[in-house]
Amino acid sequence: MKFGVVIFPGSNCDYDTYYFLKFVLGVETIFLFHKENSLQGADVIILPGGFSYGDYLRTGAIAKFSPIMKEVINFANKGGLVIGICNGFQILCESGLLPGALTKNNTLKFVCYSQNLKVVNNKTFFTNNYQMNEVISMPIAHGEGNYIIDNDGLKDLYDNDQIILKYCDEFGNITQESNPNGSIDNIAGICNKNGNVFGLMPHPERCGEPIFGNTDGIKIFESILNK
Amino acid sequence: MFKAKIFIKRRRTILDPQGKAVELGIKSLGFENIKNVRIDKFIEFEIDEVDEEKVRNEVDKICDSLLANPHLEDYYFELEKI
Repeated sequence: MKFGVVIFPGSNCDYDTYYFLKFVLGVETIFLFHKENSLQGADVIILPGGFSYGDYLRTGAIAKFSPIMKEVINFANKGGLVIGICNGFQILCESGLLPGALTKNNTLKFVCYSQNLKVVNNKTFFTNNYQMNEVISMPIAHGEGNYIIDNDGLKDLYDNDQIILKYCDEFGNITQESNPNGSIDNIAGICNKNGNVFGLMPHPERCGEPIFGNTDGIKIFESILNK
Repeated sequence: MFKAKIFIKRRRTILDPQGKAVELGIKSLGFENIKNVRIDKFIEFEIDEVDEEKVRNEVDKICDSLLANPHLEDYYFELEKI
């Protein structure tokens, strides 16, 4: 299985993601530059974290017009697996591949720490290696992770089991205090209706090997290899 | 030729943390009677076109597909013939 990591101008987790996939997970991994018109046969596309196009206008708003995104959108619409991490999640929402939008944290702060998360759906391509309702921890680092969607959209997310990760406390309680950014219903990660596009604010690529003191993130990618 | 002046307003039901931070700043200047500060966007550009209807449709399309996010923001615009 071949992974492709997209580099937008302003991506800054591209090399972390590439390193993690190639040298920790040990899978074939290539970079895809935003100006390219081909996914070069990649089976899984990762839109990494960062500040694509300087976050100008809105986070992820300009990246959606990069030539590579036309290919990513076609690939996703045909059922190809796509993961957007942090800024990648913002780009997926702006591109219309995922519903809703991400806006400024309600705390007025950039948040940067390890956050507890609950796996509220483990029947997905991306979380089948976790236990249902497993409490895990992943680093978060964002100023605009406040997930917003209207009531009908939220109902759709629940009806179709599209909510995958929620912010929680160390015991798995989904509380206001454990919500780092004001996201509706503590949502940290969702997928599209078909289940092949996944966006999340936490950084699984930053917690995939023992030297980081946390390996909770690796199961996201192991789940994909299991699919 | 037209000049388009576009006003993009974050929906009032959505919290505006920037507005809140600026409100704190204004209050610390001593203006305690200020409330509900909101930070919105103003964008202007020129369009080399003579047909106003065409310009209106074009600006609408640009706003819908890039300048405003329908989940968060509403927009309106004015056209000025130049």
